Amino acid sequence: MATMTMIQALNSALDVKLGDDPDTLIFGQDVGYFGGVFRVTDGLQKKHGMQRCFDAPISEGGIIATAIGMGAYGLRPVPEIQFADYILPAFDQLVSEAARLRYRSNGEFWAPITVRSPYGGGIFGGQTHSQSPEAIFAHITGLKTVIPSNPFDAKGLLIAAIEDDDPVIFLEPKRLYNGPFDGRHDQALKTWAGDPTAEVPEGHYTVPLGKAAIVRQGSEATILAYGTMVHVAKAGIADSGVDAELIDLRSIVPLDVDTIVASVTKTGRCVILHEASRFGGFGGELAALVQERCFWALKSPIERVAGWDTPYPHAFEWDYFPGPGRLAKALMRTMENH
Amino acid sequence: MTDNGLPLRLHIPQPVARPGDASRFDYLSFAPGAAVQRPAFDTPEAELREFPYGLVRVIGEENAAWDPGLDPETMRSGLRAMLQTRLFEDRMFRAHRQGKTSFFIKSTGEEAIGVAQSLALEPGDMCFPTYRVQGWLIARDYPLEDMINQIYSNEKDPLKGRQLPILYSARDYGFYSLSGNVGSRFGHAVGWAMASAYKGACHIALGYIGEGTTAEGDFHEALTFASVYRAPAILVITNNQWAISSFAGIAGAEQTTFAAKALAYGLPGLRVDGNDFLAVWAATKWAADRARANLGATVIEFVTYRVAGHSTSDDPTKYRPADEPSHWPLGDPIERLKVHLIDMGEWSEERHAQLESELTETLRAAQRAAEAIGTLGKSKPSVAEMFEGVFKELDWRAIEQRREIGI
Repeated sequence: MATMTMIQALNSALDVKLGDDPDTLIFGQDVGYFGGVFRVTDGLQKKHGMQRCFDAPISEGGIIATAIGMGAYGLRPVPEIQFADYILPAFDQLVSEAARLRYRSNGEFWAPITVRSPYGGGIFGGQTHSQSPEAIFAHITGLKTVIPSNPFDAKGLLIAAIEDDDPVIFLEPKRLYNGPFDGRHDQALKTWAGDPTAEVPEGHYTVPLGKAAIVRQGSEATILAYGTMVHVAKAGIADSGVDAELIDLRSIVPLDVDTIVASVTKTGRCVILHEASRFGGFGGELAALVQERCFWALKSPIERVAGWDTPYPHAFEWDYFPGPGRLAKALMRTMENH
Repeated sequence: MTDNGLPLRLHIPQPVARPGDASRFDYLSFAPGAAVQRPAFDTPEAELREFPYGLVRVIGEENAAWDPGLDPETMRSGLRAMLQTRLFEDRMFRAHRQGKTSFFIKSTGEEAIGVAQSLALEPGDMCFPTYRVQGWLIARDYPLEDMINQIYSNEKDPLKGRQLPILYSARDYGFYSLSGNVGSRFGHAVGWAMASAYKGACHIALGYIGEGTTAEGDFHEALTFASVYRAPAILVITNNQWAISSFAGIAGAEQTTFAAKALAYGLPGLRVDGNDFLAVWAATKWAADRARANLGATVIEFVTYRVAGHSTSDDPTKYRPADEPSHWPLGDPIERLKVHLIDMGEWSEERHAQLESELTETLRAAQRAAEAIGTLGKSKPSVAEMFEGVFKELDWRAIEQRREIGI
């Protein structure tokens, strides 16, 4: 066991897979010699060889098309898109090809690719380095979408994603790379040191896709969150004084609907928290599922706390970012109805 | 700033002839076959830069440098597959008109491309087809009945009713899953080829794209990756002059050739008579030899002509002269190979007529067998198939939704 940041845990996952599967390979912009702009692939080319981890042209569509072709051949490529904000040139490849290849060929071809991409805000990255595009992938039948919230999960989920035979969009909350962040931006930066989830085994293990984690047991309300928002939720719960149960979804496709339903049935209240803009966000799907399955257990309307319906604004980072204060208000609102 | 007094002018390309105009192709000029040398396959790209502007041609040419010297038996196999492809497509086009399926696409006039490449490449190679190379499958003896079952989306459809007619997938025949989105598999060919190189295997990839689709980013991305990583691939542009109703000029043909797109990527570009079975064969072999020698990808433009409409959904006489196909200067691929074999003393009109009736009979039998299962709407795979294969394993959504419709 070692103490790892999320970056080190992701690096360790890739190191494990390059070591145990000769068909796994990594490519993307700046991932080779340099080791990636966030250092996630640091040292992998040197350790595993030039062909296992190499630089790609600035061509997201080309990167994903190439990965799909490799996947169809029988490899397990792990392409990196440098920021999730830049994944859109590859959208056609993901939607029209990766997601449908198995279905349309009746299982003759498939694309076992894992597309890693840093996403989310909290780093003053403006519109082009802060977005949370998970809902647009969740809507595409045939893609899996995974979002870890801590180093232990990051490694186990990434290994599970690479070993999965379906295409996986693996979104890494970049604000969590070097330490947990609960949205209290005016406080000193925290590191992962001392956090129990930063205790990460060196070798191979998996965290299964589609299994949510109950991060905090509670009785009065259920919070559904993923990525950075798991940490924001902890702070919001503390601020609100509400005894809320916190569920880290870990993957939104496959979605652990059973854990969600069991919790909301128990607490009778549900608050959904995500960074992405509210309208059409994944919270809408979660709210619909909870309403369909838990309606008679609900004691108050389902709340959504999310980014505003604007592009991600640079100077207004903390006005946009759904912090613990907004969550605490929503929790208290949901308690007013009883 | 230069003030030359001239207003700027927006150029909108127009074809030389629309319905009612006289058909003409005099804007195309083709040098004789002997004018184009056949370089060694390992010639450096820098010495190949005239080829995108020439035309590799063999049949009917004196001293054609690219003559592959094929034996008559192989040529007869090609003739047979091309003829079977044409008869098959004519029959399926009629089946569409009879309401037996929803959609169909013909490759009339372009049969030499899919057929010659299918026969020239190796069994383990993989082609990433467009919907106009059905001849690839026919040349490799894919069961006609299964092709028809797919077209009818009936109970025996190998793709379980999930795909539009002719968007086949046939891995064992080196034929990658087709899609109606043009161009989006061109980069897969490069990725597949890179994987083959990564594994140290010996197989190469063949990607197809239409001249109209060279305008998509997919084309340029694929050429970039092919060039950067020296992927063992053959990247084919089938220039059949028309993209539905848009002439090749809308994709840039007024300015240069499509083969010349290769130049900017540092890839060899060959421009080849796509209606010449022997030229297609020779160019394919040259590019394959090059790829297998770790010398990377070759771009080949096959100059051909789409004799039929784009699909069953358009009437070509609405956007081009009705007699334009008969003016196409490079002739018909089946007729040309037939005459060539007859001139060699290896074929005859009688044998040709006999072959045609034999192939028609085979086809009739296949169609009868498929129709005994059912045409579109009369027979279909189990509805449970609708939910299978989205993921490797069914997720709860599929299980619940299947239950919702009672299966």
